[in-house]
Amino acid sequence: MTTTTLPQPGAPAEHEEHPKHNLTGFIIFLCSESVIFLAFFSGYALLKTSALNWLPEGVEGLEWQTPLVNTIVLVSSSGTIALAEYFKNREKMLLFRGFWLMSMAMGAYFLYGQAVEWSGLRFGFTSGTFGGTFYLLTGFHGLHVATGILLMGLMLIKSFIPGNYQGGEQGVQATSLFWHFVDVIWIILFLLIYVWQ
Amino acid sequence: MTIATFPPEPKPDQGRSRYFGFCTDAKVIGIQYIVTAFFFFLIGGLLAMVIRGELITPQSDLVDRAVYNGIYTMHGTIMLFLFIFPVLNGLNNLLIPTMIGAPDMAFPRLNAVAFWLVPIFGFLLMASFFVPGGPAYSGWWSYPPVSIQNPLGHLINGQGMWITAVALSGVSSIMGAINFVTTILRMRAPGMTLFRMPVFCWTALAAQSLQLIGLPALTGGAIMLLMDLTFGTSFYRPEGGGDPVLYQHFFWFYSHPAVYVIILPVFGVFSELFPVYSRKPLFGYLYVALASFIIVGLGLIVWVHHMFPSGVAQWMRNLFMVTTMLIAVPTGVKVFAWLGTLWGGKLRLTTPMLFCLGGLFNFVFAGITGIMLATVPVDIHVSNTYFVVGHFHYVIYGAAVMGIFAAIYHWFPKFIGRMPYEGLGKLHFLLTFIGANLNFLPMHPLGLMGMPRRVSSYDPEFTFWNVVASLGAFLLGVSIIPFLLNMLSAWIRGPKATHNPWNAIGLEWLLPSPPPEDNFGEDVPTVISRPYGYGSGQPLVEHQDEIERRLELMEASA
Ligand SMILES: [Cu+2]
Repeated sequence: MTTTTLPQPGAPAEHEEHPKHNLTGFIIFLCSESVIFLAFFSGYALLKTSALNWLPEGVEGLEWQTPLVNTIVLVSSSGTIALAEYFKNREKMLLFRGFWLMSMAMGAYFLYGQAVEWSGLRFGFTSGTFGGTFYLLTGFHGLHVATGILLMGLMLIKSFIPGNYQGGEQGVQATSLFWHFVDVIWIILFLLIYVWQ
Repeated sequence: MTIATFPPEPKPDQGRSRYFGFCTDAKVIGIQYIVTAFFFFLIGGLLAMVIRGELITPQSDLVDRAVYNGIYTMHGTIMLFLFIFPVLNGLNNLLIPTMIGAPDMAFPRLNAVAFWLVPIFGFLLMASFFVPGGPAYSGWWSYPPVSIQNPLGHLINGQGMWITAVALSGVSSIMGAINFVTTILRMRAPGMTLFRMPVFCWTALAAQSLQLIGLPALTGGAIMLLMDLTFGTSFYRPEGGGDPVLYQHFFWFYSHPAVYVIILPVFGVFSELFPVYSRKPLFGYLYVALASFIIVGLGLIVWVHHMFPSGVAQWMRNLFMVTTMLIAVPTGVKVFAWLGTLWGGKLRLTTPMLFCLGGLFNFVFAGITGIMLATVPVDIHVSNTYFVVGHFHYVIYGAAVMGIFAAIYHWFPKFIGRMPYEGLGKLHFLLTFIGANLNFLPMHPLGLMGMPRRVSSYDPEFTFWNVVASLGAFLLGVSIIPFLLNMLSAWIRGPKATHNPWNAIGLEWLLPSPPPEDNFGEDVPTVISRPYGYGSGQPLVEHQDEIERRLELMEASA
């Protein structure tokens, strides 16, 4: 009984690693966030399968070639951000910043492409359930892309604080996770909206 | 070996002003939640009094019909989103860190933000009483097409404010859930494995997982509702190709599990309190703990039982009838475990114990009417009648609110440091138990006779039971007086509480009353056995004798 000792003051108790919980919390958040998309996806599928006239009058369907290019850009940015993270872990900050910036640019290109696509469409938000779900899904996803870019910008700035990224920094990891999440959501979205017509 | 700093010297500077500002201490936030919740409880209760006042006569004579619609809508909304959820989050804040030996929540700032959202959306909801057209009037579930009407055409209208408030409540609850789950998973005391965790933490973990899975669906559905209402989309508008039943799916996918978000922590309270007041270990700890997660799994696949009359396919009705009935199995396991705990125990009928026993009684009754409602033909027969209203008031008030009162009386000494008065407490219990049964039991015959819910006038043949129900409701209204009196006077000048006035086993009872700001601080005791070792004489933690001796010394010198 007396051989065991209680942790002395100042000794690392389990609770001291508060920042370590950030990633746990963030992953829980992402799981929860995915349910919103799941709700929108199932709503889309339900409305589409039960619709009498799915497409609004005068709309033939969606053009898919340009969105496909956008998709390829966005999905490859998952690769570049992984590379950036790889270099960060090896403390090659220049390469980290380069690939990080590249992922940001690819995300921005995706958003630009989507804006161009939106402006060329001949239906609006209120054009039946097709228009509503199309803009809701792409818009809500686009909001996440924009958030991702902002987060990446923040992490980029933080990388210039000396010594900030040596060790326990979880922001980069969380941001990159978020970015992969946004990509996976887009792939499902692309299949649902553009491939399944 | 020595215990260097525990228990710490009490700090005199912990003033009451902390309760009125942005404070990140979970114990302060917990009390902020509970006090705020009871403020709204009084408002929601007042509305209930108006409803029952209106229904004491068959004619619609107390309030205007349109006002009546707004009143029952707001009564339900306030009681759920501004009372039950906040008060439970208050308990979570107080109990989870102290029960698992953590100094605070995992994300204290997020915790404070989650709390402060409550008064904000509460204010928004209250403000909707004063906008042109009045508050939302489409019932607490806000089904379209009623909820997407905007007859006055104002951009800011009661329904829009309702949706925004509910969405904000969802954001707050998600923040809370992330915090509670992370805290339980990552911040337990050394030696406290998952299967040494108090059942309250198990049920909190289960309930908060449900929040994380269910709430986003409601939020998504609510966003679409707001767009239909405000921007003229047609997700739920049949004339634009939309489907109003889609909203019902979104709504009930969350709002059925929401019942478990409410009742699971109350199961946790029962599981904590029955062992204390019968001096026996919890019967079947492992099964009680695991049953919580079986309820989570099943609870996510029963929502269509709210939609049996909504034109869903027959196979769906059959399927969801079966899943709903299956929930009786894990719930039954828990009920038998509690009965097994009570069996042959040395029962102490304190106020918290009385509330637990009363709550359990009401819960069993609600369970039986629940099975009746799960049966498709019965459900279709009594759908939208007072039978349903009676059923869920037994669950929410009869079981959950009574369990919450039990928890408040039981842990009040721990977190306030003073003892509530037993006499007033027992009076409160008596009035609550009689009032609740008098209020909600007559709703069942009324429903079977065919009285629809949400009406302000009714056929005179329903008068008798309505008068009884209204008298019960007024009794419930009166029952709050001894409660508030008890809480206020005990808080100000109640007798000082020792660290363990109920002679209970648990980490929280090894802390001074009230606990210091960071609970155990660095000196978290190592847990060496399962909880509820009543009668076994086995210590819960290493060096328990020494910790208790120090606490007693501290109390003697104070
Ligand atoms: Cu249900």
